[in-house]
Amino acid sequence: MVTSPMADMRNSDPKMTARHVNVFYGEKQAIQDVSIDVELDEVTAFIGPSGCGKSTFLRTLNRMNDTVPSARVEGRITLDGEDIYASGMDVVQLRARVGMVFLKPNPFPKSIYENIAYGPRIHGLASGKAELDQIVEKSLRRAGLWDEVKDRLHDSGTALSGGQQQRLCIGRAIAVEPEVILMDEPCSALDPIATAKIEELILDLRGNYAIVIVTHNMQQAARVSQRTAFFHLGRLVEQGPTTEIFTNPREERTKDYITGRYG
Amino acid sequence: MTDHTVKAFDDDINALRALIAEMGGLTEDSIDKAMAALSTGDVALADKVVAQDARIDELDANIERLVVQTLALRAPLADDLREIVAVLKISGLVERMADYAKNIAKRVETISAPTRVEPLSLLPSMARIAREMVKDALDAFAARDSKLALQVIERDRAVDDFYNSIFRTMVTFMMENPKMISESAHILFIAKNLERIGDHATNIAEMVHYVATGTKPPEREKATLIETGLEN
Repeated sequence: MVTSPMADMRNSDPKMTARHVNVFYGEKQAIQDVSIDVELDEVTAFIGPSGCGKSTFLRTLNRMNDTVPSARVEGRITLDGEDIYASGMDVVQLRARVGMVFLKPNPFPKSIYENIAYGPRIHGLASGKAELDQIVEKSLRRAGLWDEVKDRLHDSGTALSGGQQQRLCIGRAIAVEPEVILMDEPCSALDPIATAKIEELILDLRGNYAIVIVTHNMQQAARVSQRTAFFHLGRLVEQGPTTEIFTNPREERTKDYITGRYG
Repeated sequence: MTDHTVKAFDDDINALRALIAEMGGLTEDSIDKAMAALSTGDVALADKVVAQDARIDELDANIERLVVQTLALRAPLADDLREIVAVLKISGLVERMADYAKNIAKRVETISAPTRVEPLSLLPSMARIAREMVKDALDAFAARDSKLALQVIERDRAVDDFYNSIFRTMVTFMMENPKMISESAHILFIAKNLERIGDHATNIAEMVHYVATGTKPPEREKATLIETGLEN
């Protein structure tokens, strides 16, 4: 039994909703009938074995699947009640509002400053150099990177350590003032200390952004999220408060997966 | 239940369950021996209970060590997490029940004199109920049996009632036999120890319910113990 996302009462409308979403890659169906809400004041974790569809589903939330020619999305996904797959939707604008951070840090091969400034500049968020400087500083501070890079803003972003690069990418996502941040395995390529810094950052950012994180690390999902959704074979098997999912899951498949009995 | 992908995790959990079983078996034996020593005045048997307690403490320490290791290395979740937490708590509870058995055994000497008081005969029936609760609580843990756990919890009331009845009897007895105050006080303490053993068996049963179902058992109406006037 999949719990209805509408089952628990909420004070406010969800930031994003997905209803009966199917995703196909050519003939192959990767996601089957997934319905879920993403709340503004929460970190939502997607967990599940490799190939379960969690990353595919994450990518439907900012239409990243549009870049895959064979991909087709059915169902309804909304941001603030607005259908993001509607014909008039500006996808570039959508991806500014719903930002994304990937598994491997992917800074532009440009300076630290330019990595952050690029987005605000093309979206016209700054009216001059001074304002752009402010956005760069603010974004790097929020990403917990400012103190480490403030004296070398014009060094290349790719010269930073892996953990710093990932925080730079988070800073780059933040710079365009998104409402939702999607993170696809943001710590998988990082050591434990860099991972801890990213997790601390996620906890800091919570409340200002709706955050959705895909992770293979159970403990990480347990540490950073308030809500957890378990995917298996393209379906949403179970979702609920993170503490419930990790101490007393209702579904046998969830239990087998999180306790390491998945065969 | 299906095995873990990492087999060593199953080994850890099985080792913990085996340690609880060994510790529980020894503790049941200690309670039996302590009560047998009491009814026959067998000081040598009582000494065995005292000696056995050292082994039980050692098992408790081993369990704690293995639990900490398992938490650190396996980071258990869901059923596994509940089980490991329960093992740690149950181990502590069993260790204390064994202490109560030892405490009873130590009193054998003081009341094994020729002046054996008549109210001593009240204790075996109380001990029998408490002892059954211990056995069933540990069996329920071994079988992850929440129904049996609930039955154990129900029975605590009978032990409490027994304790209250012995308390009243002993107060009357002491007023009528002022020379027997010292022996009577020991009997009261033994009754109290048995009452506490029943409480700990109840706590174990509550943990078993949590392991098996993920929820605490429903609140029950509790007996009021007379010497404190407090709900137990």
